[in-house]
Amino acid sequence: MIELKNIRKAYTTEYTKLEVLKGIDMNIEHGEFLSIMGSSGSGKSTLLNIIGILDDYDSGDYRFDGELIKGLSQRQAAQYRNRLIGFVFQSFNLLSFKTALENVALPLYYQKVDRRKRQTVAMEYLDMVGLKDWAHHLPNQMSGGQQQRVAIARALISQPKVILADEPTGALDTNTSYEVMKIFREINQQGITIIVVTHEHDIANMTKRIIHLKDGLIDGSTSVATASAGS
Amino acid sequence: MFDRDKWQEIFDTIRKHKLRTFLTALGVWWGIFMLVFLMGAGQGLQNGVVRMFGTHAKNALYVWTQRTTMPYEGLAPGRYPQLTYDDIVAIETRYSDLIEHIAPRLFVPSGEVTHGLQKGSYTVRGERPDLLQIEAMEMVNGRFINKLDMEQKRKVVTIGKRVREVLFGEEDPIGQYVKISGAEYLVVGVFASTRRGGENAAEDEETIFMPLTTAQQVTNRPRDINWFVCTIDPRVRVSSVEEKIKDVIRDRHKIHPDDPQGVRSDNIEEEFREIMGLFFGIKFLVWIVGIGSLLAGIIGVGNIMLIVVKERTREIGIRKALGATPGSIVSMILLESVVITAVAGYLGLLSSTGLIYLMQVAVGEDVQFFANPQVNLGVGLTALLILVVAGALTGLVPALTAARVQPVVALKDE
Repeated sequence: MIELKNIRKAYTTEYTKLEVLKGIDMNIEHGEFLSIMGSSGSGKSTLLNIIGILDDYDSGDYRFDGELIKGLSQRQAAQYRNRLIGFVFQSFNLLSFKTALENVALPLYYQKVDRRKRQTVAMEYLDMVGLKDWAHHLPNQMSGGQQQRVAIARALISQPKVILADEPTGALDTNTSYEVMKIFREINQQGITIIVVTHEHDIANMTKRIIHLKDGLIDGSTSVATASAGS
Repeated sequence: MFDRDKWQEIFDTIRKHKLRTFLTALGVWWGIFMLVFLMGAGQGLQNGVVRMFGTHAKNALYVWTQRTTMPYEGLAPGRYPQLTYDDIVAIETRYSDLIEHIAPRLFVPSGEVTHGLQKGSYTVRGERPDLLQIEAMEMVNGRFINKLDMEQKRKVVTIGKRVREVLFGEEDPIGQYVKISGAEYLVVGVFASTRRGGENAAEDEETIFMPLTTAQQVTNRPRDINWFVCTIDPRVRVSSVEEKIKDVIRDRHKIHPDDPQGVRSDNIEEEFREIMGLFFGIKFLVWIVGIGSLLAGIIGVGNIMLIVVKERTREIGIRKALGATPGSIVSMILLESVVITAVAGYLGLLSSTGLIYLMQVAVGEDVQFFANPQVNLGVGLTALLILVVAGALTGLVPALTAARVQPVVALKDE
């Protein structure tokens, strides 16, 4: 589904040129539950942003379902993001002045879905993450775990092909982290591809495949079953 | 359906950012309020002064004589040239094409004026019928003195409204008599002043007019007049005729042409022109202050829009990650700014016109120099439009920048 060929990305300032990705080749299939691991500065977040069409890349080819994602207009990129991808961030990125329900419904707003329908669907997804009773609370009235579950519901509502999660458990305690990962596993069982960026081994080990990133290059890929067997 | 959602989204955002909205609105409100209010007050001042003129002819020239100060043709200074009806005839004949109306007048020493048991002391003047066309008065009842009164030296009078009130009360004065210095005069009409504000109207209405010829007869000054007022063809400037008319008198009374005294005149047109010039100045000032506060409002709106966009960078990033197109971001920010400025500006327009209306009610009829403050709605609406457009334009640049930023950059913004 996702094919990356020799992806390069550098951040240039007036004085320095920082190469973040130095040629990434990667294939991700439908229905995978994958984590990208690496120390900070390894380029894992940048890679995720490129996959999520939040950022552009300098050279190489990125195909999503065979379609080349390159040199898109902002408008096209926005439409791809809306249709294909759901995002979950470390800092949740909920709109603080909107209720849980409104936050979840937002992607449907940009799909021009009728307001009433939006609200009904959003309520279903909130129910799915167990937060139906919190629908009319503002984000700052909720715990970190609850906020992340709202964010997951928001990522799911547009029925994307892939969920991209950038350190989704980075701001959560261990128990809550595991709960979030449990939700991801359930979603994955429904056939949605999930890519998690993390630097925590235990989190990565809950996924099915781990891609290790080091200094902007892929440093190997392990399937979790073998990894567990090996350790 | 989509449109309604968009508005819903905008009103949600506005409702949830009350302080930000209030601050933006305040600047706009103040700008419009100041401009419209100042213009209204300025207009009120002008109306008040114009009202003091009433229907008084703006092209009038008053001429009178004073003691001479220079010797001329063997005559010593210090003479008092007595104007006569022959001077009027001479001027009328000479400048018949320039003069519209001419009204010579003679004061009648009157003492008390009585009607039955009622009495009062009033100015009594002999006049020609022309006066009605020159000074600020209108007939309330009956008629003004006419040509026949003049020719037959009839003992008739036209009295001011105030005179009627005192001498006749509720009675109809027409056809009744008043006694002036022992002689009876038939009342043929009542007039009112068209001047408003201050003491002018009251003074005007405490006057009694009789035919000039009658006045000359009863005062035993068959040719004399005290002074005269005339109106000049409106196509000609009064000041260009002023000296010509005075020269006729100088010539007839042997007054030195350079004597600053001798013949004096008062040019209403010049006076009016000066006052209008003053108002032009005031209006100019009002415009400068108004445009200044409007500009301050615009800069305020622009400033706040800049901060708003900056403040919302992260929100914009999130929205873009969720599928917002740059167009939808720009239109969201612009519509929000337009809604806020339009509503605030409208409120400014409303409150300034409201205040002006209240002033109008409070001021009423009696205050000098101030009447009917008016708001030029066209100007107010134009100012509002400018503010809304300016608010949108100043918001446009940062909105466009924000909409173009890669979402990943926007998301990193703290």
